[in-house]
Amino acid sequence: MADSLPQGGAAADEATRRDFLSLTTTAVAAVGVAAFAWPFIHSMNPAADTLAVASTEVDLAPIAEGMAITVMWRGKPIFVRHRTAEDIRLARETPISGLPDPQRDEERVQKPQWLVQVGICTHLGCVPLGQRPADNKGEYGGWFCPCHGSHYDTSGRIRKGPAPRNLEIPPYTFTSATTIRIG
Amino acid sequence: MVGLHKSEFRNPVVRWIDERLPVFTLMDKEYSKFPVPRNLTYMWSFGGMAMVILMTIIITGVFLAMHYIPHTAHAFDSVERIMRDVNYGWLIRYLHSNGASMFFIVVYIHTFRGLYYGSYKHPRELLWILGVLILLLMMATAFMGYVLPWGQMSFWGATVITNLFSAVPFVGESVVTWLWGGFSVDNPTLTRFYSLHYLLPFAIVGVVFLHIVALHITSSNNPLGVEPKGPQDTIPFHPYMTIKDTFALLLFFIFYFVFVFFYPNYLGHPDNYIPADPLVTPAHIVPEWYFLPFYAILRAVPDKLGGVVLMFASILILFVVPWLDTSPVRSMKFRPLARPFFWTFVASCLLLGYCGAMPAEGIWVPLSRVGTAYYFAYFLVVLPLLGKLEKPLPLPTSITERVLGGGPVPAAAAAKPMEKA
Repeated sequence: MADSLPQGGAAADEATRRDFLSLTTTAVAAVGVAAFAWPFIHSMNPAADTLAVASTEVDLAPIAEGMAITVMWRGKPIFVRHRTAEDIRLARETPISGLPDPQRDEERVQKPQWLVQVGICTHLGCVPLGQRPADNKGEYGGWFCPCHGSHYDTSGRIRKGPAPRNLEIPPYTFTSATTIRIG
Repeated sequence: MVGLHKSEFRNPVVRWIDERLPVFTLMDKEYSKFPVPRNLTYMWSFGGMAMVILMTIIITGVFLAMHYIPHTAHAFDSVERIMRDVNYGWLIRYLHSNGASMFFIVVYIHTFRGLYYGSYKHPRELLWILGVLILLLMMATAFMGYVLPWGQMSFWGATVITNLFSAVPFVGESVVTWLWGGFSVDNPTLTRFYSLHYLLPFAIVGVVFLHIVALHITSSNNPLGVEPKGPQDTIPFHPYMTIKDTFALLLFFIFYFVFVFFYPNYLGHPDNYIPADPLVTPAHIVPEWYFLPFYAILRAVPDKLGGVVLMFASILILFVVPWLDTSPVRSMKFRPLARPFFWTFVASCLLLGYCGAMPAEGIWVPLSRVGTAYYFAYFLVVLPLLGKLEKPLPLPTSITERVLGGGPVPAAAAAKPMEKA
């Protein structure tokens, strides 16, 4: 029995019912494997409790003009700066045509004095300097990333260095005149 | 070419690899052409099932380990987080915990099958011993895994089982302190159990590999217990066994998923959803169901050391079964006297399991003793004596003769047994 199985021969050249069965069985098995794999892949996505802490409230009242604070949102630093009139003037007078990532300052803020952005350099993910008074703020008075020398201006836009984009603006809303909710 | 394996594969990529690392030749030889007796029943599908369920438990375990925190302050909560917050965490955990039960169901059936059909006899003694070793490793792994959720049953199960070693004369207390890494079951115990619970399954995979290597040297036993005498007595593993084992596996997975989706906690104990409390022992503590017969043996003996010794002996005795059974006949199909003793043995195991789940009082104590006595008598008295007293039925001269109802193999059937389509 074992040594006399019909293998190959004339029937092997044309599609047979067995070929059809093999193909459909393989297809069903592939779908089954994919369906089995999905729960495992999805288990590595953010869990419900991780998503639940995805918003942060910030009280802006204590931040004096010219000062900045850093808060955590989704495990990332958020830069909140109370900009001076000079900061705003500089940001708005810069012609956007020459910027690596052209964007008007008005598009980056909801209220001109409050600049809220994700404090992560768009180059390779370091946290730029410029939050504390003693920090190097770079050549444009905003932020300076010490890792690879990216300079950001007072609107958080990339002006010089390897970073490709401006600092990211997180979704946020003013829940009162002096409170924002990020996320 | 010098130094290259002579490959018979035509696909150039497969051939290139196969010439340098003949895994394709190996798979073809061991899982495609590999001849198995033509009369294997579904009882021979349980080894393959055990392999698949082992893989399932390892994969689910790796994903659980991504979310579990081995610390007494976080373990229970991290398991609840897996159940409630992690995407499909409930599914992965229930596959894992019920998978352990399924693994034992499959392996126990596999073991009883080996006992019934004499699969441990010459030349398969080492194959059997490796199997018993797998069973021991499984037990250690399952026990330590049950401790990880850090519920009441986890904690008190760990306390009771580790305290078994305190029965060892002279050094018992020191051994227990060493196992605990402290003076009670606590965080050091939990972290080492976690480490070993992750390690041992891979040790099991290693022994399973040896088990399969040994199997492919001696080839499978079969329901008649008569060795194949030629190609007419065997069929190739693929497609005959692959399709048969796959079908058996699908039926088994339906059984498994009924538990996972409809009765996920049926085989567990509700007390393990109470966080571990070192100050309060639950009124009635029991191990997981697969340990109940051994637990009953432990409690059947009124002496502490004696109970521990008998419990370990009840598993270790399996190692020497190939030498306790003196009968030259493998399959109990041909051992009319052995069969009732065998089924009584199965009944004694079930009785012990039931006694193990009951409180150690009243009728359950004498019943446990009866079960324990028969369990050991079967191995130490019945199997050695039966081989000498019993008169076995006449064995068939070959598998083919028995399967095809005697007479020569019809020429047509031998030549063209399976037409395409």
